Amino acid sequence: MAKAHKNDELVWRSMGLSDEEYEMIVDLLGREPNYVELGMFSVMWSEHCSYKNSKAVLRGLPTRGPQVLQGPGENAGIVDVGDGLAVAFKIESHNHPSAVEPYEGAATGVGGIVRDIFTMGARPIASLNSLWIGDLQSDKSQMLFDGIVSGISGYGNAVGVPTVGGQTVFHKSYDNNPLVNAMGVGVMRQDEIKRGAASGVGNSVMLIGSTTGRDGIHGATFASTDLTDEAVEKKSPVQAGDPFREKLLLEACLELVARGCVLGIQDMGAAGLTCSSCEMSARGNVGMVIDIDKVPCREEGMTPYEVMLSESQERMLLVPVPGKEGEVRQILEKWGLLAEEIGKVTDDGLITLIHGGKEVAQVPAQALTDDAPVYHRESVRPKYIDELTSYDLDGVQGPRDLGETLIQLMGSPNVASKRWVYRQYDCQGGAGTVIEPGADAAVVRLPGTSRGIALTCDCNSRYCYINPRLGASHAVAEAARNLACTGARPLAATNCQNFGNPYKPEVFWQFKECLEGMAEACRVLDTPITGGNVSLYNEDGETAIRPTPVIGMVGVIDDVRASIPMGFFKQGDAIVLLGETHDEIGASEYLAVIHGVEAGRVPSIDLDDEKRLCELLVAAASRGITRSAHDLSDGGLGVALAECCISGSIGAEIRVEADIAPDRFIFSESAGRALVSVDKGDLEAFLGLADEMGVPALAIGEVGGEALTITYGQAKDDAVGRGAETIIAVPIVQLASAYEEAIPCVMES
Amino acid sequence: MKFGIIVFPGSNCDKDCRTGIEAAGFDTGFIWHRDTSVAGYDCLVLPGGFSYGDYLRPGAIARFSPIMDSVARFASDGKPVLGIGNGFQILLEAGLLPGAMRRNAGTRFICDWINVRVESEGTPFTSLYAEGDVLTLPVAHGSGNYFAHPDVLAQLNTGGQVVLRYCNELGEAASRANPNGSLENIAGICNETGNVVGIMPHPERACEAILGGTDGRRIFESAAEWVRGGVRVGQGA
Repeated sequence: MAKAHKNDELVWRSMGLSDEEYEMIVDLLGREPNYVELGMFSVMWSEHCSYKNSKAVLRGLPTRGPQVLQGPGENAGIVDVGDGLAVAFKIESHNHPSAVEPYEGAATGVGGIVRDIFTMGARPIASLNSLWIGDLQSDKSQMLFDGIVSGISGYGNAVGVPTVGGQTVFHKSYDNNPLVNAMGVGVMRQDEIKRGAASGVGNSVMLIGSTTGRDGIHGATFASTDLTDEAVEKKSPVQAGDPFREKLLLEACLELVARGCVLGIQDMGAAGLTCSSCEMSARGNVGMVIDIDKVPCREEGMTPYEVMLSESQERMLLVPVPGKEGEVRQILEKWGLLAEEIGKVTDDGLITLIHGGKEVAQVPAQALTDDAPVYHRESVRPKYIDELTSYDLDGVQGPRDLGETLIQLMGSPNVASKRWVYRQYDCQGGAGTVIEPGADAAVVRLPGTSRGIALTCDCNSRYCYINPRLGASHAVAEAARNLACTGARPLAATNCQNFGNPYKPEVFWQFKECLEGMAEACRVLDTPITGGNVSLYNEDGETAIRPTPVIGMVGVIDDVRASIPMGFFKQGDAIVLLGETHDEIGASEYLAVIHGVEAGRVPSIDLDDEKRLCELLVAAASRGITRSAHDLSDGGLGVALAECCISGSIGAEIRVEADIAPDRFIFSESAGRALVSVDKGDLEAFLGLADEMGVPALAIGEVGGEALTITYGQAKDDAVGRGAETIIAVPIVQLASAYEEAIPCVMES
Repeated sequence: MKFGIIVFPGSNCDKDCRTGIEAAGFDTGFIWHRDTSVAGYDCLVLPGGFSYGDYLRPGAIARFSPIMDSVARFASDGKPVLGIGNGFQILLEAGLLPGAMRRNAGTRFICDWINVRVESEGTPFTSLYAEGDVLTLPVAHGSGNYFAHPDVLAQLNTGGQVVLRYCNELGEAASRANPNGSLENIAGICNETGNVVGIMPHPERACEAILGGTDGRRIFESAAEWVRGGVRVGQGA
């Protein structure tokens, strides 16, 4: 075997490995690696594949529970949704590719996550995405936003998986480093679950799907460095997606599963054939010998290095049930795809590569996976935290015209309707979408049943910046609340950790704090983490993005006919505010948009209260007394009321009293709250239920009319009706036009 | 009554069609595009999706699928054929319907609920509607911008071959109600004999209240009634 030459000694550094890591490799192999082997180590030991800087911290997340059928470590997590059915789901980032090549980057992000789902044997039935874009006023952000949404639309629609929900957030910290987190969800029978483990010495190893080209070589390494101009320059190869081929691969793989052809299967995403072969071998405690010459290539003269590191899309590695190779070929042929036997399972635990009849590389599978280094990075609490937290909010003066303020908030990019985004996504494919995008959570019916799942993606990165621990807890609580509003029981979560460079102690501190906050909330709310993805190095060389730990959550609803919409329903229905409202405008959308301040204390959170609120929302929905339900988050009660009115095309008349200034009451972002409407005749029953379940509930008005009117009495002893005054009276059409037109105004001009 | 749903590589509303049509109370079966027999089916549906990835032009490659000869024969026998979305585009490319489909005005993909007005009850798929009925149906397409030569357009109008037009809630075919720039708000057309119909909206996704509406059911109920012989309109076979 040709060794890496002495005078090439910097070669590992150029592949992103440190000198210490190179020494570790030499120790593991007992010799110097050759170029191909070094390439394999460099991608597998990249942060993207090895989680070397995050693994130790991730161990703190709760991952078990009776509902979890598959936890982290597989292509996707799996949760029991009852009736013998299982739901596979996972969220993953495609941030760096999307920053360089927004259309293809976002498109292949969707492709990758959809593949992760059907790799488990599940039929993909829904996608969501969490997009973080820079300041919407900048040309660059608009270009990236447009490209990313088009990419998701172009790939997701063609592959035939409905995009049912998600979130889009704008902030200048994402100017040069937008985030694209894609979540895939699929359903299967519990006895159809497939895993990415190789087994059976002598069994065939097949590569199915597309040919292998030179695209995406070292993509995983690229994803594990800062997004500097130099890195972008050096790195051209963003993979190109082919949704048509993926659709064929999807159908072919599900046919393979249905016909009992699959022993083990794994998709090829980051680090392509290297990653799939060593992970499948390591999971099965076996090895593989792979003949590079048998890999169908797109281009002439591809070297073993290129073949092993290619990230060409729409490919899978399969260990078929012995004797079924012919049937596999037949099925793939039916769908117009390749199926090639490229190797065999061995008992030596080694990945052995043959090229031109000669051995060109031999590496223990475990050395590439389990033996990857684990680092405990230094962490330091950033100085800005105290400064922002102690910001004096006493000086914040309430605006004169709160109606005008509300309109302004409704038309601000983060609050405004994201219809411009989701109108470009086919959200109904599969004929199962019961609650479409634009609500708290999407609800999708499981095919052939009346059972449904509710899905959402959430995070507030302003909270996470000012108080990472609390912010991450809020992300989990908001996700659970969103599901519960539709009537679904939150079951489990997936996470996408987006942070800056982990070698910066301040960044690493943010990461550790977020993980702890997330872990705590997941434990209390009983929503274990079943998998996900870590994306570090999200910075342009100077500024890191805000800490953005995105939560994707799945809930179950026994009968979709009982699912609850967000919009007000009927004239005369009673409106109830659940939870307690405190003077908590710190870190709020109101403060940021109206006062230009992104500081103050992040609202406190009581996770037990959150749990009780969720339980109440689910109980009331299943008893059929809830007409509508909507979570309170960005923009507080004011924005939530406006959204319920716009969604239901009907007004509301609200009367409240409190002992804080009206702007603080209307726009406080106190946690653990939701807005519910019920038939007047059910009000007493609902309030009784809330009392029984320990959730503060306050009837605050009625649905009706064509305007949102809020009457507010401030002084404690002052009964509403006496010292009370109307602080907001705005026609719904006016709120709706601000809300609906804000983003098209920017993007279609 | 059995509907045959043709599955092309890249079709992705095949299962939606099965779900919708079965919710409307009828049997369905899938027909693989490489098959050539359509025996046993009373009505054929070419579903929506992205056959062959919409590469080249939507429908441009699918029209060469082996099944398409059988579809053409089925159509020339006067039996009902419905193309929905991409299925409509395939029927255009195959020459079973006149005109062509362009990229949406504004070029973006559009997924939304829209209104259409029934322009002709003279087809197997609209026989249970009355002219002027307004339906609320979903659309989901990137190329639904119908185009035809002025002569063809005149023929469509005079021959009663316009089946659906985009309209507002009042049933007016206003330009604001046109989601994609389609000529004269055309959302669906039929051939001269009325038995081959192509529409851009997706009635199969509007067959159950839980999914947002039931205005699509009658499209399939009409076809069943027509096949049963209860309704005979148009020139048929």
